[in-house]
Amino acid sequence: MGLQIENVSVIYPAADRRPPVEALSKINLTIEDNEFVVALGASGCGKSTLLNLIAGFLSPTSGDLILDGHIVSGPGADRAVVFQKHALLPWLNVLDNVAFGLQIQGLPKAERNKIANKFLGMLGLDGFQDSPVYKLSGGMQQRVGIARALTCDPRVLLMDEPLGALDALTREKAQELILNIWNETHKSVFFITHSVEEALFMGTKLVVMSPRPGRVTHVFDLPFSRQFLSGVPARQVKASPEFIKLREDVLKIIFADEEDAA
Amino acid sequence: MTTAPKPTQKSDGLLARLARGRPTKPGETYGVPGQGNTLWLSVFSISLFFFVWWLVTFMGWVKPLFVPSPGAIISKFFQIWDTGFTGTPFLEHVWISTARVFGAFLLACMIGIPLGLAMGMSPMMRGLFDPPIEFYRPIPPLAYLPLMIIWFGIGETSKILLIFLSVFAPVVLGARSGVKSSAIEQIHAAYSFGASRWQVMRYVIMPSAMPEILTAMRIGIGFGWTTLVAAEMVASTKGLGYMVLSASQFLQTPVVIMGIFVIAIIAFAFDLLMRFIERRVVPWKGRM
Repeated sequence: MGLQIENVSVIYPAADRRPPVEALSKINLTIEDNEFVVALGASGCGKSTLLNLIAGFLSPTSGDLILDGHIVSGPGADRAVVFQKHALLPWLNVLDNVAFGLQIQGLPKAERNKIANKFLGMLGLDGFQDSPVYKLSGGMQQRVGIARALTCDPRVLLMDEPLGALDALTREKAQELILNIWNETHKSVFFITHSVEEALFMGTKLVVMSPRPGRVTHVFDLPFSRQFLSGVPARQVKASPEFIKLREDVLKIIFADEEDAA
Repeated sequence: MTTAPKPTQKSDGLLARLARGRPTKPGETYGVPGQGNTLWLSVFSISLFFFVWWLVTFMGWVKPLFVPSPGAIISKFFQIWDTGFTGTPFLEHVWISTARVFGAFLLACMIGIPLGLAMGMSPMMRGLFDPPIEFYRPIPPLAYLPLMIIWFGIGETSKILLIFLSVFAPVVLGARSGVKSSAIEQIHAAYSFGASRWQVMRYVIMPSAMPEILTAMRIGIGFGWTTLVAAEMVASTKGLGYMVLSASQFLQTPVVIMGIFVIAIIAFAFDLLMRFIERRVVPWKGRM
């Protein structure tokens, strides 16, 4: 079934003597089960707007989003969001942060701690259960955010530039970690990034978007994450001629968009 | 073999050196405003204050009627401790004033914090309660004290109400702006786990408002002590404010100064307690 986005447009109303802005124009996109869709594009292309639509934080001006045969009409536990930052609760320790979604759903403490501990282990955070989250490094905080999103067993995982604030080395490790978890949990993922390399490496489907109005201009099927998961080292995948060729093609598209804007 | 000349300090003008930040020692951050330990300077300024006070009175430069010596204050304190003031034991004065201030303070927190949160959360509550609070907030309590007395008499009600009103406004405003301190990502995260509006309030907005609420409580209790003397101006026979006022009418300056110090010490002790609570309850304040 998956998630179908059908003819979705978002128009922000006119404000301050500026004309209305068409943030998204007639988007058609399907996120199948177990598919890893990456959205990439110049700033202002509407990729965050698209994520907010799927999450249910925003309702479309026209068109429909359909998840498993039901129209999306608000946020829900079937779509978990991993934010770029500022989304953890600093008054809770690591364990309680990860168990937060289960607490909202009313699970008893022992049960939710058991589930939370499982995902803490999966993300390599064992032994940090009692640490305050504000004392963790950026990379560990992000792993806590991912563990928290996974606990409620969502259908779709929405990731809004989750690795944008990390340093290059931590970022590559986190990419591999996310792919391994995706491989283990079989979630559908919608992933936003600014990095072309990250987009090509992680996705099974790449959606390139362009601004003014925000729209999908290119869709690529990607083999690279499956190569990595079948055992090819990440650096080798990223150094392969096909990878480099596609990276240059995609960069060309995005640079052209940025130049149009300037 | 030639040796390089020994490096010398580049000499700038004095003004240029003063105008620029100095390099820091390892372990410090360059350019942090107001950086440095102030304990010894504070000890120095307090000592200087007492020394000048002592000097001025000891040398007889000012008459004791205007500035009694520190010793006179201390002996006055022990005298009142033993025999009371106007027939009431000293500790009863302290107790009654403390009870008035903290009674009004607790009442103001119990009503003000939920109201402030509600005003932050709901445009209806904000629309209804913002005008009256903003209207009375800047008025000095002394200005509406006569009204309180006309309406509520000269008993305990008008005194506590006066203090209550002075604590209430800052507590409401603190709780109200505290609602804004949670990041929208935190709120969205809760909603995307299927949280209800009430759960978002309970698990995200209220905890993240705690630092601002605690600060508002500290500010509020300060206003409470400020208003105490005004509240005890009319028809009181007990209390620290009463003690200070009635002593001033008989030119008993040592009692006035002693009363001021007692109020200051109680208020300061409570502020230390609040800071301690702050460190325990919101150690994450400003950290994320």
